[in-house]
Amino acid sequence: MRFGVVVFPGSNCDEDAYHAAKDVFGQDAEYIWHKDTDLKNADVVILPGGFAHGDYLRTGAMARFSPIMGPVRAFAERGGPVLGICNGFQILLESGLLPGAMLRNRTLKYRCEHVYLRVEQTDTPFTSAATVGRVLRIPIGHGEGNYFAPPDMLERLEANRQVVLRYTDPDGQLAEEWNPNGSVNAIAAICSESRNVVGMMPHPERACESLLGGEDGRMIFESIVSAMAVR
Amino acid sequence: MDAHVIERHGLKPDEYERIKEFLGREPNLTELGIFSVMWSEHCSYKSSRVHLKTLPTRGPQVLQGPGENAGAVAIGDGLAAVFKIESHNHPSFIEPYQGAATGVGGIIRDIFTMGARPIALLNSLRFGSLDAPGTRRLLEGVVAGIAGYGNSIGIPTVGGEIAFEPSYAGNPLVNVFCLGIARASDIIKGVASGVGNAVYYVGAKTGRDGIHGATMASAEFDEKSAEKRPAVQVGDPFMEKLLLEACLEVMQTDALVGIQDMGAAGLTCSTTEMGSRGGAGVEIDVAHVPQRESGMTPYDIMLSESQERMLLVVKRGRESEVERIFDKWDLHAVHIGEVTDDGMLRVKQKGTVVAEIPNRALTDEAPLYRRPMAEPDYLAEVRALDLDRVIGSQPVDANAALLRLLGSPTIGSKKWVYRQYDHMVRTNTINYPGFGAGVVRIKGTHRALALSVDGNGRYCYLDPHRGAMLAVAEAARNVACAGARPLGATNCLNFGNPERPGIMWQFAKAVEGIGDACRALDVPITGGNVSLYNETDGKAIYPTPVIGVVGLLEHADRVVSRRFQRAGDAIVLLGEGRDELGGSEYLKVVHDLVRGEPPSLDLQAEKGLQDLLVALASDRLMHSAHDCSDGGIAVTLAECCFDTAGMGAEVSILGGSVAAALFGESASRVVVSVAPEDVDEALERASAANVPARVIGKTGGTVLKIAVAGALAIECSIHDAERVWGSAIERYFARRVA
Repeated sequence: MRFGVVVFPGSNCDEDAYHAAKDVFGQDAEYIWHKDTDLKNADVVILPGGFAHGDYLRTGAMARFSPIMGPVRAFAERGGPVLGICNGFQILLESGLLPGAMLRNRTLKYRCEHVYLRVEQTDTPFTSAATVGRVLRIPIGHGEGNYFAPPDMLERLEANRQVVLRYTDPDGQLAEEWNPNGSVNAIAAICSESRNVVGMMPHPERACESLLGGEDGRMIFESIVSAMAVR
Repeated sequence: MDAHVIERHGLKPDEYERIKEFLGREPNLTELGIFSVMWSEHCSYKSSRVHLKTLPTRGPQVLQGPGENAGAVAIGDGLAAVFKIESHNHPSFIEPYQGAATGVGGIIRDIFTMGARPIALLNSLRFGSLDAPGTRRLLEGVVAGIAGYGNSIGIPTVGGEIAFEPSYAGNPLVNVFCLGIARASDIIKGVASGVGNAVYYVGAKTGRDGIHGATMASAEFDEKSAEKRPAVQVGDPFMEKLLLEACLEVMQTDALVGIQDMGAAGLTCSTTEMGSRGGAGVEIDVAHVPQRESGMTPYDIMLSESQERMLLVVKRGRESEVERIFDKWDLHAVHIGEVTDDGMLRVKQKGTVVAEIPNRALTDEAPLYRRPMAEPDYLAEVRALDLDRVIGSQPVDANAALLRLLGSPTIGSKKWVYRQYDHMVRTNTINYPGFGAGVVRIKGTHRALALSVDGNGRYCYLDPHRGAMLAVAEAARNVACAGARPLGATNCLNFGNPERPGIMWQFAKAVEGIGDACRALDVPITGGNVSLYNETDGKAIYPTPVIGVVGLLEHADRVVSRRFQRAGDAIVLLGEGRDELGGSEYLKVVHDLVRGEPPSLDLQAEKGLQDLLVALASDRLMHSAHDCSDGGIAVTLAECCFDTAGMGAEVSILGGSVAAALFGESASRVVVSVAPEDVDEALERASAANVPARVIGKTGGTVLKIAVAGALAIECSIHDAERVWGSAIERYFARRVA
């Protein structure tokens, strides 16, 4: 299967996602320039982390206007799997492919460290290899990862089971001090109603090799690889 | 020309006379400005050059020594490690966020200018006491600036060091280091050659920011320094990210002759240095230079230090190829001039010559001073240390002293700092900040590089020669503790006003010390930076040479960190303590004293120790390794226990004085943990290498117990100690939101 990794000017985790897909999981991978207008036959699209267009405005606010976002939207609407990681998640929010918004971390500081995540939903193409309740240890690296949705939207998200990962303590229990950025309901990842579009703040591509200090991110890639193999 | 104008440009009367000799006439104002920046201490190294020439810069591994934008060493597989350290002290004091951010931007440009992909950053920072007014603002600003730039451009900050001393209160130090990887055959230099080749300007527009930044960095500070804020530039990491990607893409084409970033002294420095290196001249027309504001004069344009700008020399006939690549990245490459054969820097404005200066007058023949030196008076006084009087006959409360040291900001955990840095982007980091040397693997190979920056201003204040040797030894030892063989070094020399003989003496002695240590440890200096005039209101900082060392690990998966790995491992001390307390953190923190002689250093023994460490790591004979430095073996042992989920250790060490045995900072000592079945082998290896080695205890339990000469001196729970250590910096910000 083929991964398409979108490169915006200012993307900086594009090579990391590409490396994970290609070198760690042995899949085809292609970079897709943001000015391109087709997805080069990608089976799955990754919007990688970084600071697209510098993110001097709201994060992701400029990237939604990049030409490639038209094809990405059409791909998502056809049910194609799309994963937004960190800045990619922010871009999905700004372009309306996922609901809600990002605020600055409640500490007002960028934070880079490993966090614990509890898997809430396994019927997305990016979490199908997990079991509900499994705890993952994966790094974050962001200054604006404080997920926010107004009460009614949040209620709908929860009712539709769209919260995919939550920040927890190492035992999978919700605890304020283990929420690194202040996200409402400790939300770390959500999916679209159709479940094929997933946005997550943690970086699974940074946790695919034991040499890097952990392999819990493999689950995300293994899920999509086996989901596509079945299709 | 008016004497005040000359003085305001930082030029001495005799220097002005030399300018007239070179030109055969009076300079105009633009020319005076150009001379003033090129002859500033910052660009010309006029006080330091005679000393720097004594440093060892060669070795079979060295691909590029000093004189280019960065140094380079071979690391196998046809690859080169390209690296350099640079200071941004003065701008960071005036405007901490932008000063630090543009420091990071500048050093990154130095690396990719060489054709290397930057893959790691480190920094070495010095501030006044954390409880002194203003320090927290400076620390927060500098850290945020480094983070803001590095995180956005996507280069991980994988390590560094921070110390707090009152001597830096009016003059913080911000030294930033960058490492890149290039194919050795693809290294590109900052040369202009080939008559008629096109000179291109790429990147951000030129504004009036940073005019005379280099001159500012060549003067002392006083109460009016805040007025110099317009001389600090503003960084744009996004622009630099585009420049980085576009330049690396252009470098794949072989259409480039040379490239240089516009750092200090901007367009002036890049045009003259490139011309000078290529033995050519450069002619540009400032009317073509993209400008951010209207009404800029040639003087403004030539002296601006606006950030994120590059100067390229492109082969004739290949221009459109280069322009196309920059266009892809939405950058404009503007043709502003040509390479000539007359060795002149010629600046035109709409065709009219507005400045014309021989390149050599600005570079090779810039002033060179052998400044007078004299041992400063304070030394005789501070070297005397009567330990009996200081410590007296009272028993040392070693538990309390250990906790005070662990909770002091210089020794305590720097997590509050490094978790603001993205230290994982590019997915190469295999030893995180806070765990010893930063280590990054090299994708596509089995190798990794270990990086460490170290310096100890207090040691250098007490003995600049030995202090500088100790800095080299510590940086190389940290790299060896990770299992890497030190390959090369870069230095950042932070000192006071060189016009004062005492400061110049410190400088000369420190450079001598660096040279001695680098020769003995076989780590040539491949480049660096000198920052003088670090004084405020006539008070100089501690002389602070900071050394960055790069080492090579043949097998990335054999990397070693400071943490104990398993309960039941033997703890082995390599090297031995020598009852030394001079210049220690213990004396400073517990007795408020900066006195005595810094630890002695036997370079031969140090070299043997480092070779042994590399061999033990390579043969997987040690599970962890941590060097004994600030706070002595007691602090080292505690740090070995931290981040292990509370694993303790039980240790017994020799020693006469309890304080010196626990907290003395004798050099060339490393605490390693070894699997019980490997102990005999490890000890034999040490013995064969002539390194003193002794089993001093074993890991396990949840308490750190240390006996000195058979008597229990320390017994503290790792959980409690780690809490004190972990909050050492954070507690100063405790009133803020968690």
